[in-house]
Amino acid sequence: MIRVLTPLPVLLPLLGAAAALLVGGRHPRIQRTLSVLVLSAVLTVSVVLLVLADADGADAISVGGWPVPLGVVLVVDRLSALMLVVAATVALGVLVFAVGQGAADGDEETPISIFHPTFLVLIAGVANAFLAGDLFNLYVGFEILLTASYVLLTLGGSAARIRAGITYIIVSLLSSILFLAAIGLVYAATGTVNMAQLAGRLAELPEGTQLLLQSMLLIAFSIKAAVFPLSAWLPDSYPTAPAPVTAVFAGLLTKVGVYAIIRTQTLLFPGGALDQVLMWAALATMVVGILGAVAQTDIRRILSFTLVSHIGYMVFGISLASTAGLAGAIFYVVHHIAIQTTLFLVAGLVERQGGSTGVDRLGGLATASPLLAILYFVPAMNLAGIPPFSGFIGKLGLLEAGIADGGWLPLVLVAGGAVTSLLTLLAISRVWSRAFWRPPAQAPEADTFDAAAADAGPDLAPGPLPDPADEEQPADEKEAAGRGAGTRAEARRAAWERHTAVATATTPVTDGLGEDDGRERPLRPLPRVMVASTAAMVVVTVGLTLVAGPLYGIAERAAADLRDRTPYVSAVFGGEEVP
Amino acid sequence: MTPTVVLPVIIGVLYAAGVYLLLDRSLTRVLLGFLLLGNATNLLLLSAGGPSGLAPILGYAEPEEMSDSLPQALILTAIVITFGIAAFVLAIIYRSWRLVRQEVIEVDEEDRRIARRSDTDADDIDPDDLAPEDRPAMHADTFAADNEVERSLARQYSGIASDDVDLPPTQRRKR
Repeated sequence: MIRVLTPLPVLLPLLGAAAALLVGGRHPRIQRTLSVLVLSAVLTVSVVLLVLADADGADAISVGGWPVPLGVVLVVDRLSALMLVVAATVALGVLVFAVGQGAADGDEETPISIFHPTFLVLIAGVANAFLAGDLFNLYVGFEILLTASYVLLTLGGSAARIRAGITYIIVSLLSSILFLAAIGLVYAATGTVNMAQLAGRLAELPEGTQLLLQSMLLIAFSIKAAVFPLSAWLPDSYPTAPAPVTAVFAGLLTKVGVYAIIRTQTLLFPGGALDQVLMWAALATMVVGILGAVAQTDIRRILSFTLVSHIGYMVFGISLASTAGLAGAIFYVVHHIAIQTTLFLVAGLVERQGGSTGVDRLGGLATASPLLAILYFVPAMNLAGIPPFSGFIGKLGLLEAGIADGGWLPLVLVAGGAVTSLLTLLAISRVWSRAFWRPPAQAPEADTFDAAAADAGPDLAPGPLPDPADEEQPADEKEAAGRGAGTRAEARRAAWERHTAVATATTPVTDGLGEDDGRERPLRPLPRVMVASTAAMVVVTVGLTLVAGPLYGIAERAAADLRDRTPYVSAVFGGEEVP
Repeated sequence: MTPTVVLPVIIGVLYAAGVYLLLDRSLTRVLLGFLLLGNATNLLLLSAGGPSGLAPILGYAEPEEMSDSLPQALILTAIVITFGIAAFVLAIIYRSWRLVRQEVIEVDEEDRRIARRSDTDADDIDPDDLAPEDRPAMHADTFAADNEVERSLARQYSGIASDDVDLPPTQRRKR
C-alpha cells in the first residue's frame, strides 16, 4: 500500500502542473479547480502515508525497478510523512487564498495562468526533497522547488520584485553549486550517493574527509534554511513577493533546508562533530534575527526576521543530538510551518485592508476589521509562545531538552531562546498596538518622507515630517483630520510637501512595498475566500495545540527512528545486507 | 591508467574565475560566473568517477574497462538544470534592463532607510528637539505661527517663495 502511494506526492503535482498549463488562461475556473483538487489529493495521500508510516514503520520504493543502490529511491519514514502532511496542508491553504486574491484582483498582480502550474511544481519539488532517498535526488528536489520559486518571486516582473529576486536567485544558485560539489566529493570518497548506503560508508572515511563533507553539506543547507550568518538574503527578498507566494516560501522553503540538516546530522553524520558550531549558529540566528525584527517597521519584514530567528530554535534542537532535542525540533518545524504561513497570509490581508504593511502608516485596524484583528492576534500570540498554544509547547520541549543536556552551552542557548521568545512578543505586540490598536489618526506616516529624505542623500535630509493630524488636537478635530476633512491640516501638509520638494529637489516616492495613501482610501471589504482560507489556517494552527499530544508522540517516535538509523537503512535495503 | 593533473587544475581555475565573476555587480558577469562554477562542478563530478575508461556501453567494452557511468548521468542532469536556470537568469537580466536601463544590482532602499534612522521611531521623537518649523502644528511649544515658519523657510531657501513653488508634485526620482 505504502509503496503504491509513495511517488504520488511528487507525481500528482507535476502532472497537475502540466494539465494546468495546458488549460492555461483560457479556462481559469477549470485551472483553479484542477489545482485545488490536485493539492487536496496530495494532502489525502500524505495523511494516509503518515498513518501507514507511523503504524508500520519506514518503507521505500526504487523508482523504475532498478536495483537499490543504483536507482532512484523514495523513502517514507515518520519524519518525511509528517513533513509531507504539513506541507500539503499549508500549500492547500495558500492556494485557496491565492485563488481568492486572483479573483478579487482580476489577475493583474499575479498572472494566474502561470501562477498555478508553477505553484504545483513548487509543491512537487518540496515533496521530492522530503521523499528523496539519495543525495542527488535531494538536489533535484531542491532545484525543482528553487526554480519554481524564482518564477513565483519575480511574478509580474516589477522593478522591486526583480531587484529582490536577483538577490534570492544568486544566493540560491551559489548554495546549489556548493551542494552539487559536495555530492561530487561524497561520490568520489564513497562511490555512492544513496543515503542509506552512505550512512555506513561515510563512517569509514578518515575524520578530516568526513568533516569537510559534513561542513560543505551543512553550509549548503544552512543557506537554504537561512541560518545566521547565511540568512541575510531572506528578509531582503521575501517581503516584495505577492502575499500568497511569501506565505508559502516562509512556511515551506526554509523548512526543506532544516529537514536536510536533520538528515545530514542524524543519518549521514551522527558523530556530532559539528554540534558545537551548530549551537553557536543557532544562538546567533535566534538573537540576531529577532533584534532585526524589533528594528523593523514593516509587518512583512518583521515576520521575515522572526522567521529567521525561529529557525534558530530548530537548529538548536538538532544540535542537541538527543531524542528529546530532535523531537522538539520536529514538533517546532511543524508548528512553525503552519504559523509563519498563516501570519504572512494575515499580512496580505492587512495590506489589502490598510493599503500598506508599514506599521507607521497603519492604524485602527481593530475597529475597522475586528475579524482581521482576531486573525492576527491568535497566530501572533502562538508565534511568541504564549502558554496554551503549540508555540509554547514546542519551545518548552526544546528548552527542557536543552536543560536535560546539562552542558553549559545548551544552557546559554536555553537563555537565548527565552530572550528570543520575549523579544518576539515585543516585535509582534508592537505591530498589534500600532497597526491594530491605536486610532488611525495617530499613525505618523513619517516613513515615506524619511525615505525620500534618505534617498536624497545625507546632507539634505530634513528630518521626519510631523503629521499634521497628529498631536494635541482636540478629539473632534483629530477625527475630522482623520477623515481627510481638516482643511487647515491639509493645507499645512501640502506646504510641507512643497518644502520637502524644495529641500531635497525631489518628491516623495512610494517604496514599492505599499501605497502611502492608505488612510485616504475607502475601506474595501476583504474578499471572502481570502478571509475564509486565512481563518482556516488559523484554525489549523490552533488545532495543532489540540492535537499536540499525539503530534508530539509522532515527533518523538520519528526522532527515535532518526537516532536509531536502522529503520531507514533497512527500509531501503529491505533487510538485506548493506553492500 | 594514470591520474591526470589537468582536470584538477582546470577545475581550480574555473572555480576561481567563477567566484571572481560572481562577485561583480553586473548581472551578465554574475551569470557568466555561475556558468563557470557550474562547469567546474560538472568536471568535479566527472573526476569523481575515477580514472577514465571506455564508453559504458554493453557490447562495446568489457565491464572492467568501462568508465563509471553514474557521474555521467548526474552531470547530464546537472547540465540540464544549469541550462534552464541560465535561461531564466538571462530573462531576468533582460527584464531588469528594460525596467531600469541597467543590469546592476541596486542598493536596497529599505536598508539605507533603516541605517539612517538614528531616532528609531517617529513616535519617540520629542517635538521639542526639532527646529520650530519642523514641529507639528499646535504643539505646545510651537509659538512659531504659519507666518513665522514661512519666514524661517524664506531665510533658509532665499529666493524661493515656499508657497509659490510650483514643482510637479509627482515627478519621479531620476535614477
